[in-house]
Amino acid sequence: MAGEFVMLSLVPILIGVLAAVACALPGNFLVLRRQALIGDAISHVVLPGIVVGFLLSGTVSSWAMMAGAAGAAVVAVLLIELIRRLGRIEPGAAMGVAFTALFAFGVLLLEQSDTSSVHLDVQHALYGNLESLIWVEAKGWNSLFDPVALAGLPPELGRIAIVALVMLLFTLVFWRPLKISTFDEDFARVLGMRTNLIGFGLVIMAAIAAVAAFDAVGSIIVIAMFICPPAAARLMTNRLETQVLWSVAFAVFSAVMGYVLAGYGPLWLGGDDAVSAAGMIATVSGLVLGLAALYGPHRKCRGAPTDR
Amino acid sequence: MGATMLLDALTLQLGYNATLVAIGAALLGIAAGASGTFLFLRKRALVSDAISHSTLPGVGLAFLVMTAFGGDGRHLVGLLLGASLTAALGLWAMHALTRHTRLAEDAAIGAVLSVFFGFGVVLLTVIQTVSVGRPAGLEDFLLGATAGMLYQDAVLIAVAGALAVLVVWALRRPMTLVAFDAGFASAAGVNVRRVDLAMMGLVLAVTIIGLKVVGLVLIVALLIIPPVTARFWSNRSDRVVGIAGVFGGVSGFVGAAISATAPALPTGPIIVLTAFALFAVSMLFAPGRGVLAAWLRHRRQQRRIHLRQGLLAIAQDLPIYERYTLQLLVRAGLARADGVPTELGRRRAEKACRDESRWAVARRMHSHESAVSRYDGLLPIEDVFTRDEIREIDRQIAESGGGCA
Amino acid sequence: MIDALRTAMGRGTPSDPLDSLSDKPLAVRGLTVSYGDKPAVFSLDMTVEPGSMTAIIGPNGAGKSTTLKAVLGIVPRLSGVVSVFGQPLAASRRRIAYVPQRASVDWDFPTRVIDVVLMGLVRELGLLRPVRGHHRQRAFDCLDRVGMRDFADRQIGQLSGGQQQRVFLARALAQGADLYLLDEPFAGVDAATERAIIDVLKGLKAEGRTVVAVHHDLSTVRDYFDHVLMINVHKVAEGPVAEAFTEDNLQRAYGGRLAANLMDQLQLGGH
Repeated sequence: MAGEFVMLSLVPILIGVLAAVACALPGNFLVLRRQALIGDAISHVVLPGIVVGFLLSGTVSSWAMMAGAAGAAVVAVLLIELIRRLGRIEPGAAMGVAFTALFAFGVLLLEQSDTSSVHLDVQHALYGNLESLIWVEAKGWNSLFDPVALAGLPPELGRIAIVALVMLLFTLVFWRPLKISTFDEDFARVLGMRTNLIGFGLVIMAAIAAVAAFDAVGSIIVIAMFICPPAAARLMTNRLETQVLWSVAFAVFSAVMGYVLAGYGPLWLGGDDAVSAAGMIATVSGLVLGLAALYGPHRKCRGAPTDR
Repeated sequence: MGATMLLDALTLQLGYNATLVAIGAALLGIAAGASGTFLFLRKRALVSDAISHSTLPGVGLAFLVMTAFGGDGRHLVGLLLGASLTAALGLWAMHALTRHTRLAEDAAIGAVLSVFFGFGVVLLTVIQTVSVGRPAGLEDFLLGATAGMLYQDAVLIAVAGALAVLVVWALRRPMTLVAFDAGFASAAGVNVRRVDLAMMGLVLAVTIIGLKVVGLVLIVALLIIPPVTARFWSNRSDRVVGIAGVFGGVSGFVGAAISATAPALPTGPIIVLTAFALFAVSMLFAPGRGVLAAWLRHRRQQRRIHLRQGLLAIAQDLPIYERYTLQLLVRAGLARADGVPTELGRRRAEKACRDESRWAVARRMHSHESAVSRYDGLLPIEDVFTRDEIREIDRQIAESGGGCA
Repeated sequence: MIDALRTAMGRGTPSDPLDSLSDKPLAVRGLTVSYGDKPAVFSLDMTVEPGSMTAIIGPNGAGKSTTLKAVLGIVPRLSGVVSVFGQPLAASRRRIAYVPQRASVDWDFPTRVIDVVLMGLVRELGLLRPVRGHHRQRAFDCLDRVGMRDFADRQIGQLSGGQQQRVFLARALAQGADLYLLDEPFAGVDAATERAIIDVLKGLKAEGRTVVAVHHDLSTVRDYFDHVLMINVHKVAEGPVAEAFTEDNLQRAYGGRLAANLMDQLQLGGH
């Protein structure tokens, strides 16, 4: 039993947890900046990105596709900014224009090129493939200390771990500029902070998280984790520091619960096959948000009291 | 060959289904463009993204229910009914989140779209297990597929598209009013809540109709891109609605026609890319609000302001602080490179200075208040006042012993 | 006569050379800002004397806040030069404190009063230096000066408008600047807050610091400020309150009829 768990479930759960945390960390600031949907936009343009990455490199290597996805994310962010500033279009609509057009371009490329022979399709981009990231070499918990077995870990795990670590460092090191420029951009600028750069950096970090997470778990989780845990966390506390901790806790909970429910839920209900783990993780995060919206101690926006 | 086929397609000669799809897509485009404008003007464009993604679980549930009752799980009307149901639920959830919690609308949109979509994917995987071996074909709803469309489905889309256009037409007045200024509309006796509801209902209907043609990811594009495009061409909201309808219709028709000419040209993406092409051209080259026009205007204004400031500085023997100002003066032959004004420069400076003092006097005269409010620092005084009025102003300047150096 | 004209056009005297830009707390020449096709501020010159309290006044839409924001580089300038203590803005940021309009931020942001005040110390703290007891002590002292010490642990969304304004002022105090720029500090605040704020500002002046505030209440200009800059897209007048805050100038800034009403309220006593 333990051997089976370590082989089949440990790595997917770890990857799910790391991906969720990597997205939730920048998600806190995106939600506070009313830019929650940047995550949505970025995860849509991942598809054209990987197609271009594949067409340019001619291989299905993860690195080529991740580079393509990252490039597409940057293009999308720039395109949104361009439309917003030059066209003077409100950000929501600018996003809508940019990501749908890029997504359409991706689908067209996919149809035009002969990519059916390789494992590259829309479903994969959307749902990811968390269940297949098994640790074949694992025999049990002992394998965690066995260098030979460790060498057989899926490479996705290492990548998402690095990205999660980068997100953590980014959040810690740039905590003050992020917080101040999110709360009061004009004041931050007068202090001499490059607020445009901070904003752009945040979006780029979000893009990196999205691309790495997408590689392992698909884009549904990405959007859900950018928004649901931070949004639920906002309803639990009135301090940013505490909010970020809550969001990480919610992200971890959603990933673990979602994976377990997807893998074992159908068995409990008498079915044979597991359902999509990515979809289930998103669903659980939604349930968490729903509960927070109903019972969270700080769910309401309390207006200023009349003068005292 | 491609060209003739495209021509055939554009002139509706590619067979029954293709023709119906093209007409349906055009009608869909008109309805989407017009109803999307109402969302856009209310700054809620991405609400459509939440609506469209929330259709997926409905499609899945409808399939499961229809199969469970022994029917054909792929019956289009049934699937679309299911889609409408969960889309409405998603809309309600979004509304509840923004209304009853402190979350902003963008977070609510993102939460609803990702969670509903995620649950939809869970259902799709359930269906894969249930419908042993038989592909349900529900993935078509993600990206749309008109290639293998049944005849009655095509008719359904065309008819529903026509109905949506009719509804837009019937409701255009109250919806424009609300989209433009909800407060005013309410004061004018319009039931804003009901109009809002109708607007959302229309967007929902357009989304559902578009599911089969362009798919749920890209229907959003038809609701957003044409309105944004139209905005570059007019500042009047009623016109924007009409123009957006035209752009949407053209995108739908041309896109569907192009896509009918080859199998590797999927309908949804082609329609969206057509719409985007129209958008890009409009954003760059539309007169007035286009980028090129705005940039030229900005440069021109900057030049005029710097020249004016330079002339005023010359008139008062003040130093010229900025290099750009000096460059412009030199280029116009008004000053030498070392900042010393030319004869022409002196004369123009004197005129600028005199006009400035005229404006200063005019500003103090009660009778000129409305005229003065038009002054932006650059407007020639002759454009606003008659000769007699200028003479009167000059007389006052002379009276107070003024004049220009 | 040329001098009268210069004053009318809001320019200095010819003997007012470039070195007027040298070491004044704030000097602006030829500032033009344009949002759309119409300039919001046109060719504005201003000089702020050290240790003065200057009110920027003018009708709605006259470009008061825009002037402040353009000076601080928050909105782009179409033309113009700005010098702060004789240096370009970038070199003198640590000597400036800015109090934005209260409505410009989201008060639902998840943070406490004390955290907002600590933001004023961020130049000292840098990215990673931990907040120590003496930092906290300074933040508390600043809250004390605006009478908000008891609110240090409150969530900022739970404050009244006046309290929020005082917190913003406390944050500016924490910056320990020499030049304070405030955007409508008295807008929509209660009388007690107004009193508290003006006391703090007068205290700053007594310490030799310079205060510039966008102000909308003409009836308090004489009591609160010693200098005034009157604008309506163009500069109308600039100088000590006694010289520049005249009926004639108000008329030019606010337009004839409007000014007549204002004048009754102000009881400046026309001629």
